Amino acid sequence: MATLHVELVAVERMIWSGEASMVVARTTEGELGVLPGHAPLLGQLAEGGIVTVRTVEGEDMVVAAHGGFLSVTDRGVSILAETAEISGEIDVERAREALRRAESAGDDPEAVAAARRAQSRLRAAGQDA
Amino acid sequence: MASNLRALRRRIRSTKSTKKIFSAQELIAGARIVRAQARVEASKPYAREITRVLSALAGSASLDHPLLTERQGARRAAVLVITSDRGFAGSYNVNVLRRTEELLSLLRQEGKEPVLYVVGRKGETYYSFRNRPVAETFTGFSEQPGYADAQRVGEQLIAAFTAGEDDDEGGAGADGVLGVDELHIVYTEFRSLLAQIPVAKRMAPLEVEEVEEFDYEREDRAAGRTGDSGVPTSYEFEPSPDALLDALLPKYVTTRIFAAMLESAASESASRRRAMKSASDNAEELAKNLSRQANQARQAEITQEISEIVGGADALVSAGADD
Repeated sequence: MATLHVELVAVERMIWSGEASMVVARTTEGELGVLPGHAPLLGQLAEGGIVTVRTVEGEDMVVAAHGGFLSVTDRGVSILAETAEISGEIDVERAREALRRAESAGDDPEAVAAARRAQSRLRAAGQDA
Repeated sequence: MASNLRALRRRIRSTKSTKKIFSAQELIAGARIVRAQARVEASKPYAREITRVLSALAGSASLDHPLLTERQGARRAAVLVITSDRGFAGSYNVNVLRRTEELLSLLRQEGKEPVLYVVGRKGETYYSFRNRPVAETFTGFSEQPGYADAQRVGEQLIAAFTAGEDDDEGGAGADGVLGVDELHIVYTEFRSLLAQIPVAKRMAPLEVEEVEEFDYEREDRAAGRTGDSGVPTSYEFEPSPDALLDALLPKYVTTRIFAAMLESAASESASRRRAMKSASDNAEELAKNLSRQANQARQAEITQEISEIVGGADALVSAGADD
């Protein structure tokens, strides 16, 4: 079976790289799924969005990616993000705390962005936000 | 003579304790270089990917983005200088500041007015001591810069650059903010543990740097993939190429600033380690010389005491013989 070579790269380090059978992501235009053999594509990920990578073992890896881009080439998929966290590494309590803080901070752009980030972290961890 | 000996001993003690400080600093800096180098390496995949995406985009977008177009009659140029927060780093700051002065005079020759943005306390004091105006300073992270720091600096610079778009001969233009027409950066490149070289680069209007030499074909073969990777691929874009470029270019500039900060941090530690190594070697040498002198003084003192005692005994004996 054909597989996708996925690289998940954050600014400070390479977070994950490996083979996958499918990638689902939400761009600013809408949700999209990438299977092996997808046409080359460049997309901007939606703010506070999550990316799901189905590995060849059939497990779903959910990633909260902030400020990112998705690039699909014939070599594979690379997900570029300013910060990215894999669901297993997310501290749910801290994300909730951050969300509460951001929501109570009012509606200046920075607080709104922080709230979105916290929401996507919670969604990636499988919690309600 | 006795007071001289005491003074010498005091100097030996103080030299030895400063030496302890120097060698501790050396060890810390040594550990930091390794970490800083690892961070430089870890940040490379992102830089490589974003450059690749940008080159792919450059083929499709219209390329009249303000960050890419040369402005006619540029009048003001922002210069971002990256220095360290702490001293004890040998010629590190001097070198980078000297390189900056060269760039500033070059810009003035071209008829552009330089506007300074400074990272690091040492640069801040250098310019404030000389009463030179500085547009903005950023301090407190020179040794361990985070991406958030680079973002803060990047936002400021890009805002100034965007504000400069409508500036004219008379002043600030339509938006009432005096901006800049060019962005430059001066930082220290980490070549090796022994060589750190201050470099000046232009960030905007930017030329997309060539993707680092990277043999994709060989990688493909190794991974057992085949593909016509030699042919430029035509991409689908979501959203439109121009909107993507808008989002991507500021990030690219920030990435360049971040990379420069990381390199500078590694250079700073390397420079500090070298300076501290020679300082502790010198202290060691000084302590050795001082203890030689102290020993000499001690021996002289003993000799004198003995001759005094012998002289005293002689005098007593000769006085007894008279009785």
